[in-house]
Amino acid sequence: MARLAFGQTLVESTPTSIFSPASTPADSIYRLSLFVLVICAGIFTTVFTLLLYSVVKYRRREGDDGREPPQIYGSNQVELAWTVIPVLIVVVLFLATARVIHALEDARFPTGTTEVTVVGHQFWWEFQYPQHGLITANELHVPVSDPQHPTPTHITLLSADTDHSFWVPRLAGKTDLIPNRINHMWIDPHETGVYVGQCAQYCGTQHAKMLLRIIVQSHADFDRWVAEQRQTSQRGYVTRGRQIFETTACINCHTIAGTNAHGTFGPDLTHLMSRETIGSGAALNTAENLRQWVQNPNHFKPGALMPAMQLESQDLDAVTDYLLTLK
Amino acid sequence: MADAESIPKSLVVLPVRDAVLPFFDRVHGWITTVDHKRLGIMYISYALMFLIIGGIEASIMRLQLIRPHNDFVSPQVFNRMFTMHGTTMIFFVAMPVLFGFINYVLPLMIGARDMAFPRLNAWGFWMTACGGIILYFSFLAGSGLYGAGSAPDVGWFAYAPLTAPVFSVGHSTDYWIVGLLISGFGSIATGINFVTTIFCMRCPGMTLGKMPLFAWLNLVTGSLVLLALGPLTAAQIMLLIDRYLGGHFFDTRAGGSAIVWMHFFWVFGHPEVYILIMPAFAFITEIVPVFSRKVIFGYPIMVAASISIGFISMSVWAHHMFTVGMTSYGNAFFVASTMAIAVPTGIKIFNWLGTMWGGKIVFKVPMLFCVAFLFQFLTAGLTGVMLAVAPFNWQLGGSYFVVAHFHYVIVGGILFSLFAAFYYWFPKMSGRMLSEKLGRLHFWLFLIGFHMTFDFMHIPGILGMPRRIYTYEPGRGWDTWNLIITIGVAFQAAGILVFIYNLFSSYLRGEPAGNDPWDAWTLEWSTSSPPPDYNFAKIPVVLSRRPLWDIKHPEDPDWKYE
Repeated sequence: MARLAFGQTLVESTPTSIFSPASTPADSIYRLSLFVLVICAGIFTTVFTLLLYSVVKYRRREGDDGREPPQIYGSNQVELAWTVIPVLIVVVLFLATARVIHALEDARFPTGTTEVTVVGHQFWWEFQYPQHGLITANELHVPVSDPQHPTPTHITLLSADTDHSFWVPRLAGKTDLIPNRINHMWIDPHETGVYVGQCAQYCGTQHAKMLLRIIVQSHADFDRWVAEQRQTSQRGYVTRGRQIFETTACINCHTIAGTNAHGTFGPDLTHLMSRETIGSGAALNTAENLRQWVQNPNHFKPGALMPAMQLESQDLDAVTDYLLTLK
Repeated sequence: MADAESIPKSLVVLPVRDAVLPFFDRVHGWITTVDHKRLGIMYISYALMFLIIGGIEASIMRLQLIRPHNDFVSPQVFNRMFTMHGTTMIFFVAMPVLFGFINYVLPLMIGARDMAFPRLNAWGFWMTACGGIILYFSFLAGSGLYGAGSAPDVGWFAYAPLTAPVFSVGHSTDYWIVGLLISGFGSIATGINFVTTIFCMRCPGMTLGKMPLFAWLNLVTGSLVLLALGPLTAAQIMLLIDRYLGGHFFDTRAGGSAIVWMHFFWVFGHPEVYILIMPAFAFITEIVPVFSRKVIFGYPIMVAASISIGFISMSVWAHHMFTVGMTSYGNAFFVASTMAIAVPTGIKIFNWLGTMWGGKIVFKVPMLFCVAFLFQFLTAGLTGVMLAVAPFNWQLGGSYFVVAHFHYVIVGGILFSLFAAFYYWFPKMSGRMLSEKLGRLHFWLFLIGFHMTFDFMHIPGILGMPRRIYTYEPGRGWDTWNLIITIGVAFQAAGILVFIYNLFSSYLRGEPAGNDPWDAWTLEWSTSSPPPDYNFAKIPVVLSRRPLWDIKHPEDPDWKYE
């Protein structure tokens, strides 16, 4: 179907437009939405024209004789027509919709599907890869999927606290993460690159900065990333920063594999420096931002649950230096 | 069949009483009144006050979103603003103002001297009034998420478990619960009154089939209030039990279910939309014929459509929950029921069109608002059909597209019809006409503002902007749209100010209205403006749906055709 002109100019050039799909679920929705839009546009044009015609044609004219127009009480034929035609349209729309619901919700997955478990937290994302035994946060790496030989990613959605919703518009519609409930969705991105999105269900103070990045990689790059994430034992040296980290409240919430930090309330920091952003997309992952974040998370994200750690300036530098080694 | 000769006698009305009492006695009279007309005016005034408060809350949100990374308010304040805006506009503006108009007009229109239960009516008003005051008292006494707030900040549908004590520390959520609980009792009382009044208080000759459509539509309103407010009230009590008595209905940390809250809320929440739109339909259905100078087209079909909307509206609630992971069968059911409701709704639009067709349309201010309503409600209905398509909803749900859609219904539909109702019935209530000139200014300012704000609001939704975010990143393509949306708010605010000024100035200095300024056909126009105590000196007797038409056109009365 021809793409709408306004779609190309206004809508498709932005990073989170639902009208530039890059994955089968988003694409099926896009095709269905065009069909629905065309039908709705047809109804709109017809009824709009009739309304406009009647208010222009039947307005009281200058020099009206003041007599009342003929009183028409109704017409069964006309009523029947404007009941039956909408019923038929609704049936068509329903069937088209049911088909896509079935295709997306009841999809079967080929071998080679990557399994990811997403756990929503106030206000960040935890990503677990049960097949690879690794955990990361906020930036989801998945392999690209060739439409001929699909290697989709199946996502299991859980929540650690309140409701959240996983929404990356170019890849799929949103699905909620609800505590005490297991939800599912899937994506099969057709091109490598970074896809952005964010939490779409109000989850508390910093709902706005619960951003999502999905990094779609070639299979070779994805495998390399997995291998890097699985390395944990390279940090044999003890720095002052590590010592501070391990002797303060940091370890209550954060995990760094191979150390005594086993907290799970905050993001896993084992490979912090492999991520492009911190604070679930609130700031770029640079040395200055990292230092500022540790000093006062509210600077970037007022209402974030990480407390300001009240460190001395030198200690802050040391912790930042330590974090910068977590490649 | 009643004697046709008896009709004109019913039109003999007493002059308006206006005993000049001391100020305090007059205030006392208003506070203790059980008169449906005074209660109606009190509902309307109360709602207008909250309309301004809710509007200020919306403006604060729009100023914050005018550009990316804006720093006008903190996230905490923003979250309170959208919670209070939504709660206020639904429970303390839309419902009371509509109930106010129904209270005022319904007994007059069916030839009754008051509602069936006048004291219950007063009780309902005061419960609603107290509910609003309790909600707003939270600004002084409550505290919100993480103890940081001072007003409810859990969103107007207050999804669990954000309302659990561990996430909503302090008392702001309790004020929200208790405020809505109390106003809910008031609404249920009013619903009982509407239904009973319509069934039991009609004047002689007014069979159900000769009742004005206004009464039919509000029979559905009243019935839906009775069906829908119960689940909300139950859910609020359960939530209080969770928060204070160790209940586990919705507290997910103790094994409760967040989904159960959603079901309870939307089993109320979706019929609520129809509780609000039915009175709006009622206004349009009365005003469009009068200004088209034609009888309503297809009366029996309109009745059938109204009742079927009422029934179907009870089975569509989970279309608010397409993203919670229902099965494909569950989703498909709610797609079907939601789309089905578009059919009777469409029939209503077509019948209004049929009413205007072949008429002589007089473009006074009430009709301007009605015509705008028709175009806007058409659009709102179609975006509703798009959202009913579950997969499309997986993208659009929870985005600014949804915000645009329901504001199109509530502002473009309900508020426009309300403005029409104000211009149409204000002369009956006050005895004076609202200024036509100011009315046109109000109409155009508000129309421009409405379309700037809510037409453009669809676009950021399509571009992936979720609702309820206090700030956003640049580079998403959302900036320009948000700027235009915020500018539109200024036009809407200007329109509202002109409207408020018009109400006051016309009340004091407006042109006298007379009994029947619009040359209309229903019974309220047969009595004086404002009507005397107990409305009618003699209870009227009617032969048709348009008793005043019969009197004005004895050569061609309606009862020959009905």
